[in-house]
Amino acid sequence: MGNIAMPLTVAIPMLFAVLILITGKFWRGVGSYLGPLAVFIPLYLSFFLLGVKDTTYIMGGWIPPIGIVMVLDGLSKLMLIIINGIAFFSIIYAISYMSKYTAQFKFYALFLLMVAGMNGVVLSGDLFNLFVFLEIASLASYALVGFGVESEELEAGFKYLILGSVASIVILFAVAIVYNITGTVNMADVANTIGNPMLNKAVIFALGLFIFGFSLKAGLVPFHAWLPDAHPSAPAPVSAMLSGVLIKALGIYALIRVTFSVMGAPTEILSIIMWLGVVSALVGVLLALGQYDLKRLLAYHSISQMGYVALGIGLGTPEGIAAGLFHMFNHATFKSLLFLDAGSFEQSTGTRDLRQMGGLMKKLPITSIGTIAGSVSISGLPPFNGFWSKILIIAAALASTQYLAAAIATFVAFGTLASFVKVMRFSIIGPLPKIYQNLKESPFSMTFSLLALSIICLISGLFYIFLMDSLFYPATNAILKQSAYISMVLGIGG
Amino acid sequence: MLLYILDMLVFGLGIYCLIAKRHLIKKIIGMVIIEYSVNLFLILVGYRINGIAPILSPGENPIVFSQVAVDPLPQALVLTSIVIGLGTLALMSAYSIKLYEKYRTFDMSEINRLKG
Repeated sequence: MGNIAMPLTVAIPMLFAVLILITGKFWRGVGSYLGPLAVFIPLYLSFFLLGVKDTTYIMGGWIPPIGIVMVLDGLSKLMLIIINGIAFFSIIYAISYMSKYTAQFKFYALFLLMVAGMNGVVLSGDLFNLFVFLEIASLASYALVGFGVESEELEAGFKYLILGSVASIVILFAVAIVYNITGTVNMADVANTIGNPMLNKAVIFALGLFIFGFSLKAGLVPFHAWLPDAHPSAPAPVSAMLSGVLIKALGIYALIRVTFSVMGAPTEILSIIMWLGVVSALVGVLLALGQYDLKRLLAYHSISQMGYVALGIGLGTPEGIAAGLFHMFNHATFKSLLFLDAGSFEQSTGTRDLRQMGGLMKKLPITSIGTIAGSVSISGLPPFNGFWSKILIIAAALASTQYLAAAIATFVAFGTLASFVKVMRFSIIGPLPKIYQNLKESPFSMTFSLLALSIICLISGLFYIFLMDSLFYPATNAILKQSAYISMVLGIGG
Repeated sequence: MLLYILDMLVFGLGIYCLIAKRHLIKKIIGMVIIEYSVNLFLILVGYRINGIAPILSPGENPIVFSQVAVDPLPQALVLTSIVIGLGTLALMSAYSIKLYEKYRTFDMSEINRLKG
């Protein structure tokens, strides 16, 4: 049973996506019933897999490195929880939010394809399947960004489509180079045969291409140009998925897998990742400060917070990686919460411009509570989760004597706080404009997701030590122990 | 070696077409050229001059066979990659049609309503 659950997390959303597309022609509302179910089953399976020993699933009985293999280790378990958890709350939220769109069932089908693709990315054991699943998730997300078919959404979607496709092709190019050198695409086998990657110029070139491709998917500066356009243009549940999960599963996760598990974490590459992170954190927050469009502001903060994650990972120490992964988890919760809040504000008031809002605490209490919880978490105020992960990242940077990086990270934390004080000042408090006198709180399915995510933000802050032990340290071990990964997949050594 | 250089030339042409041209359709063509150059690269990785098709007939010696046949794996990978490329191309074309309906132009420099 333990093994079969892994392919099922990919197969079930994909199956339901096709099912919804077929039945949607006759019954338009089918998605709002089957969609949440199709995400709930993988969510249940990923909690089940959390208790399973690290293992592999061999497709069709072909033993690796010849056959296709799915690998479950600590990092994959963590990513599965993040992906399916956020997807579940987003799709519950979407039941009410998407009801104003025509062709809802297409939204659910694309959404499920995106979830299936991401589950595949985090479970895949070879580089080419990683690319294929990455393309499934990316293609679904390109279509979802332009789902509203308004002019701005189409423009952002096209931009995202072109840049994202270039990144995907570059990743394929790098896979081809790696295949040329090693004669295999199985990650463990590549890691076994490639030796020291810094001694072979072709491998260095491939690594550069990988870093370019995955950093573009992760939205790190200087590859971020598409992100502030694409994330705000999508419907709110999709924005929450894009910012909350997609950039992590396709960007950061794949980057970690390739640099650590396949290439054995050369220090030069790690310091490149770290400085990409520092620059992203700084540039993202500086660009966010001047924004008045709520969703665009949040998108710039995604760049900044992904910078923190990359900084933690790039330190290469167990403390830094664990803190980076913890921040990744936290960012998934609070950024999706904030995007869903922004969607709730937008649906009620009809605007995303902060200057036209004000005093919404009186009319939209639950959305406002969600906004406060999300803002406090992202700004890093105790006892919410963002505080612990930021302070752990800064402490890890100090421990590895990266004083400049630690100083910039501290400065960015204050910039984030300033930016979210602005958000709360303009949206929640202050005088209520006359036109908003008759606003009503959003429907139950939206407020349910907002409250649940707010509670997760608080609880994962209060019990962070427990989470570190059960989720993040096993994931860190999986990242750092390359030989254990190789012997688990290939069944050699021990 | 010459084949690889020519292939990289095609890759560069595609990048040039994508960056320098403002017309939406030309950008899409540039994108497709890049895709094809990478597909060609994958094929070149497994190619062997005067090689035979990788189908092992009964009675043939596998060791001799493996020295004359071309590598079948990149061909399988390229098939997948071409299908993905087709999906991307269809989506790009759909986007450009919708963009034309909204903006009445194919010129990317006039499609600039996003700010900040």
